[in-house]
Amino acid sequence: MTARGIARRPPRLSIESWWLGVAPLAFLAVFFVWPTTALIARGLGDAVGSSLPWSRMASAALTTLTLSTVGTVLTLAIGLPAAWALFRRHWMGARFATALATVPFVLPTIVVATAFRALTRGMHFADTKPGMLATIVAAFVFFNVAVVVRVVGPVWAQLDDRQFWAARTLGASSFRAAMNVQLPALTPAIVAAAATVWLFCSSSFGVVIVLGGGSVATIDTEIWLQANRFLDLGAAAFLGIAQILVVASTLLVASLLRGRLRGSGLSRGAAQAKRPSGPRGVFAIVAALSPAFVVFAVPLSALVWRSVRTRNGIGLDYYARLFDGHELAGVASSAASAAGRSLTIAVVTATVATTLALAVALVATRRRRGGWLHIGVLLPLGVSSVVVGLGSLLTLTRRLPGGFSLVDADLLVPAAHIVVALPLAATVIAPALRAVDPRLRAAAATLGASPTRVFALVEWPLIRRSVAMAAGIAAAVSLGEFGATTFLVRPGAPTLPTLIFHLLGRPGAENLGMAFAACVVLAVMTLAVAMVSDNPRAGRMMT
Amino acid sequence: MTTHEGPPGLTLTDVGVRYGDVVAVDGATLTVDVGEIVAVTGPSGGGKSSLLSAIAGIVAYTGRIAWNGEDLANVPVHRRGVGLVFQDGQLFPHRSVARNIEFGLEMAKVPAARRREVVTELLDLTGLTGLGDRPPTELSGGQRQRVALARSLAVSPRVLLLDEPLSSLDASLRDRLGTEIRDILKARGTTTILVTHDEAEAERIATRVVRIDGGILRPL
Amino acid sequence: MRTARMLVTTSFIVAVTALSACSASSPSRVSASPGVSASPGATARPTGTVTVLTHDSFAIPDATVKKFEQASGLTVKFVAAGDGGALVNQLVLTKDAPLADVVYGIDNTFASRVGDAGILLPYASPAPAASSKISAGLPATKGLTAIDFSDVCLNVDLTYFASHDLAAPKTLDDLLDPKYRDMVSVTNPATSSPGLAFLLETVAAKGDGWKDYWTALKANGLRVTSSWSDTYFVDFSAPNYGGDRPIVLSYASSPPSEVIDGKPTTAALLDTCFRQVEYAGILKGTDNVAGAQAVVDWMLSDDFQSEMPNSMYVYPVSDTASIPQEWLDYAPLSPKPWSMSPTEITTRRDDLVKEWTGLVLG
Repeated sequence: MTARGIARRPPRLSIESWWLGVAPLAFLAVFFVWPTTALIARGLGDAVGSSLPWSRMASAALTTLTLSTVGTVLTLAIGLPAAWALFRRHWMGARFATALATVPFVLPTIVVATAFRALTRGMHFADTKPGMLATIVAAFVFFNVAVVVRVVGPVWAQLDDRQFWAARTLGASSFRAAMNVQLPALTPAIVAAAATVWLFCSSSFGVVIVLGGGSVATIDTEIWLQANRFLDLGAAAFLGIAQILVVASTLLVASLLRGRLRGSGLSRGAAQAKRPSGPRGVFAIVAALSPAFVVFAVPLSALVWRSVRTRNGIGLDYYARLFDGHELAGVASSAASAAGRSLTIAVVTATVATTLALAVALVATRRRRGGWLHIGVLLPLGVSSVVVGLGSLLTLTRRLPGGFSLVDADLLVPAAHIVVALPLAATVIAPALRAVDPRLRAAAATLGASPTRVFALVEWPLIRRSVAMAAGIAAAVSLGEFGATTFLVRPGAPTLPTLIFHLLGRPGAENLGMAFAACVVLAVMTLAVAMVSDNPRAGRMMT
Repeated sequence: MTTHEGPPGLTLTDVGVRYGDVVAVDGATLTVDVGEIVAVTGPSGGGKSSLLSAIAGIVAYTGRIAWNGEDLANVPVHRRGVGLVFQDGQLFPHRSVARNIEFGLEMAKVPAARRREVVTELLDLTGLTGLGDRPPTELSGGQRQRVALARSLAVSPRVLLLDEPLSSLDASLRDRLGTEIRDILKARGTTTILVTHDEAEAERIATRVVRIDGGILRPL
Repeated sequence: MRTARMLVTTSFIVAVTALSACSASSPSRVSASPGVSASPGATARPTGTVTVLTHDSFAIPDATVKKFEQASGLTVKFVAAGDGGALVNQLVLTKDAPLADVVYGIDNTFASRVGDAGILLPYASPAPAASSKISAGLPATKGLTAIDFSDVCLNVDLTYFASHDLAAPKTLDDLLDPKYRDMVSVTNPATSSPGLAFLLETVAAKGDGWKDYWTALKANGLRVTSSWSDTYFVDFSAPNYGGDRPIVLSYASSPPSEVIDGKPTTAALLDTCFRQVEYAGILKGTDNVAGAQAVVDWMLSDDFQSEMPNSMYVYPVSDTASIPQEWLDYAPLSPKPWSMSPTEITTRRDDLVKEWTGLVLG
C-alpha cells in the first residue's frame, strides 16, 4: 500500500537547525581540519620513497586498542556507581565531591604521571612491562572518571522515577529495576561517555610516555617519536591517518550503539535526588564511591603532601615562593600571572565552546543526520596533539592581509582549547537534549510557541543544568590543557600547566616543591570553577 | 490557493502518513464540523496517533488537511491553531499549574491581567480552583490531565486533539472525567477529535465515532 | 531543510580544500616591518622587529630583553615551537616562508640536519664570544653560531655513598662493577635529550663496543625512565628527593641545587660527560638581516650570556660572562667531555636509537 499524492510537509519543529551547524563547523574547519590535513599532506609528500616501520606501527596500534579498551571499561565500572551516588542521592558534601571528581581531569599529565611513578616506585612489579601497563590503566581511570560522572550524572538525575517504581512494584529488586528500566534510558549517555573516555585513553601521550618509561608504544607516542625525534614526518603522517581511522571507527560504533537505543524521553525535569534511606542507604553510597575515592585520594594526597613537605617540616613555603612575585624558573612571569592567564583563557574557552556545543547538540538531536555532526566534532579528541600542534604552526601562524596575526592576538591558545573543549561540552549537552520528550516540544508548539520560543521556554529550563556542567568541564579542560598549548604558547606568557612543566625541568627541591604547589593551586582553581558551574542556582542565573 | 469556500470545519482528504517503509495512515478522508466531537477508535498501532500528529503538523503527510477550506499545508505547527492533549499531559515541569495554563496566552501576547482572568476561569471550569500555584509534580494523574486540557483550551483552538487523554487513569476517574470533558467541550463549542481505544468511552464523550485500523479510516 | 544541510556541508568541504591548497602555496610572513637591509659598508642603525623562533624551555629575564631593545631600537619577539624536535620540524616545514628571522635553541643532535637543509644564512658574528676559547672547542656547524652549552653527566648522591661506606664510581666502566648493582637510572634516548646525549657518549667512548657496554649495564640492574624529571625527581636518592637510585643521569649544572647548609650532597662524574651545544642562526628568508645579525650579536653579548646559567641552566660560551658563584664552587665543567660531530650524529642517530631500543628495552 502506498501513500498517494505529493508530500506536503509542514516544516519541522526547528527550521533553522542545520544553519546552527555552520559556526561550529567553520571553527573546527579552520582550527582543526586545516592544520591536521596540511601536516598529513606534507608528511605524505615526504613519505614517498622512504620505508616505513610497519611492524612498529602495527604493534603500537594493538597496544593502543588494548589499553584504551581496558581503561574505558574500568573507568565505567568505577565511574557509574560514583555518578549514581553523586547525582541520585542527596547528601551533604555531594556537590563538593562532584567538583572534586573533576580535579584529576585538569592536572597536567606530567605531574600526575610523576606522582603515580613516585607511588609505585618501590614495587618491583611496577618496573615490569605488565606492571607499567597496569599503572597506565590506573592513571587513565584517575583522569577519566570525571567524564563519566559529568556526562551520565545529570541525565541520571533527571530520569523519571515512576517507571522504576512501577518495575519495583511488579516485584523487581532495586538492582533489576535499575538494570531494566534506567539502564536503557541511560545508555545513550553512557555510550557517549564511554566513547569520549576511549578517545582520551587512545590519544593519551604524557601518561603512556612517563609511566611506560618510553618502552610502551601507542599510536600517539609513536607519532610524537617519529615526528619530533626521528623527524620522520612520513611515518608520523601515516600514523596520523591510522589514528584518525581508529578514532572514526570508534565513533561510528558508538553512534550505531546509541542509535539503536534512542533516549526514552524519561526526562521529567526536577532533579530526583533523594536522601539516602537509613544505614543501608548510606552504606550503598559509601560502597559506590569507594573505588573512585581510592583511585583519586591516593595520588591527590601524595601531591598535596609533597607540596607542603619542605626542608623545615610542614609548611606553605613553596606556595609563598610561588606568589612572591618573582620571576620563576627563569620565566619572565610569576605564578599569579600564569594562573590569571589560565583563568582568563578558561573563561573564554568555556563561553565559546559551550555556545558552539549547544549548536552542535541541537543539530545532532533534531536532524536525522545530525548525529554525524556530533561525531565530526568528537574527532579532535582522538587526534594526536602533535599533529594538530605542528599543523597549527604550519598553517595558523601566518599573517593575514591587513597585518592581523593570530599569534600576536594571543588567540591560538584559546582556539586550541576550544577545539578540545567543544566535543566534550557537546557530549554533555546532547544527552540532556535527547532526554527531553519531543512531545513536550510538540505541546508547546501547538500552544503557539515558535521553534525558538519552544527552545527558550521549554527546553532550556530542562537542560540548563547540563549546559552549566558543560561549561564547567570546558573550563576544566582549558585549565589543564598542556599538549597543544606547549606548541602555541608564547615564551614569557605561560599558562599554569606550562609553568609547572618548566618548574619540573629544573633541579632543586624548591622547584619540585613549587611544581607540586602550583599543581595544588591548579586543582583548587578547578574545584572553584566546577563548584560555580555545578551550582543549581548558577544554572538559574544563566536564564 | 487559499479560499474560504469549501465546508466549514476540519476536512481531511486522502491523508497519508508513512515512516520510512511503514504506512501508518493510508488515504484517510474525514470531515469534522465545527463544534463536533469525533472519536477515532481502533486497535493499538492502527494509526490513531499518527493521524493526530498529521493534523497537528508534527509529522509530514500526503494529501490535504484544510480548516474552513484553507489548506494547512506548509503552515507551521505553532500557527495552525490546533490544540493537542497527550495521554500523559506533557505539562511543563518547571512551571506552576497557572503558568502552564497561561503558556499559550503568553505566546499570543495577551496582557497579564487578561491572562490571569482566563486562567482563573479555566481553573474553575476544570475543577482545579486554588491549585494555580502548585508545581505539576504535586498533582495526581487526573488533576494533571485537567491542567493539560485547560492549557489547550485557554487559546481557544480551532481544533482540539485529544490523544488517549484518559487512558492512564483508573476506571472510575475515567468515567467521571470523561463526562466532565464532554460537558466542557460542548459548552465551549470546541471542534474536537478524540482518540481512544476504549469504545465505550468514545460513545460517551463523542457525537460521532469513526474507526481506524491498519491505517484505514472507516466510519462506524 | 535539505538545502540548508547541503549548503553547509558543501561550503565546509570547499573551505577546507581551499585552505589546504592555500597552505601549499607561499604564505605571507609573520615578521612585521622590514628593517634596513644590510648593504655592504652601511652603518645605518637596524630597525624594526626581529622574531626569534625558539623552543619551550627558553627563558630570559624581561629586563635583559628590554635593555637590548632600548639600546638597539629593535623590538624582539619570541615565538616558541614546542620542544627541540618540534623546533626543527617547524624550520623544515616552513622553509619556503619562514616564520621568524632568527632561530635559537637548535642543539648538536639536530644541528647538521638543519645546516644541510639550506635554511640558514651564514653569519660570522664579530662578537668576542664567537671566537672565545670555549667556542673554538665546540663542534661547529655551517650556518650556526654556538651560544651556550651544557655537559650531560652522571650525578651521584654523595650522602648515600658516605653512609654506605662505599667509594662513588668515577668512570663509565665503574658502572659495570657489581658493587654498584641496581644503582643506576638513566633516560631513554628516544624520548629524552640527555638520554640521547648519554647514548652518543657511550658510542663515542666505546666505539663499536657500545652494545656490549649497554648489555652489561642492563645486566647490572639498570633502570630506564622516559624523561629527566622522572629520573631526577623520582629516582634520585639525594636528600631532597628520597629516591632509590644514587647514580642518575643529569647535568654538570645540577649539583648547586642540591647544596644543603653550605655542603654539596651531590656531584657530577666529570669522566662521564657529553657536551651538548645550543646554536642560533639567521633564517634565509628574513627581510631584516641587519636586525637579525644584531640579535645574534646580542645573544653573544655578556648581558645575555650572564643570564644563561640562571635562566636556562646552561654555560655561556663567552669567556668574560659572569658565572654564579655556586656554579664555580659546585658545578665544574668536565675537562675532557666526550663529543661527536654534528654530521656524524645526524647520520647515525636514528639507527643508534633503534638498535639501543631493541637491545635495552627489547
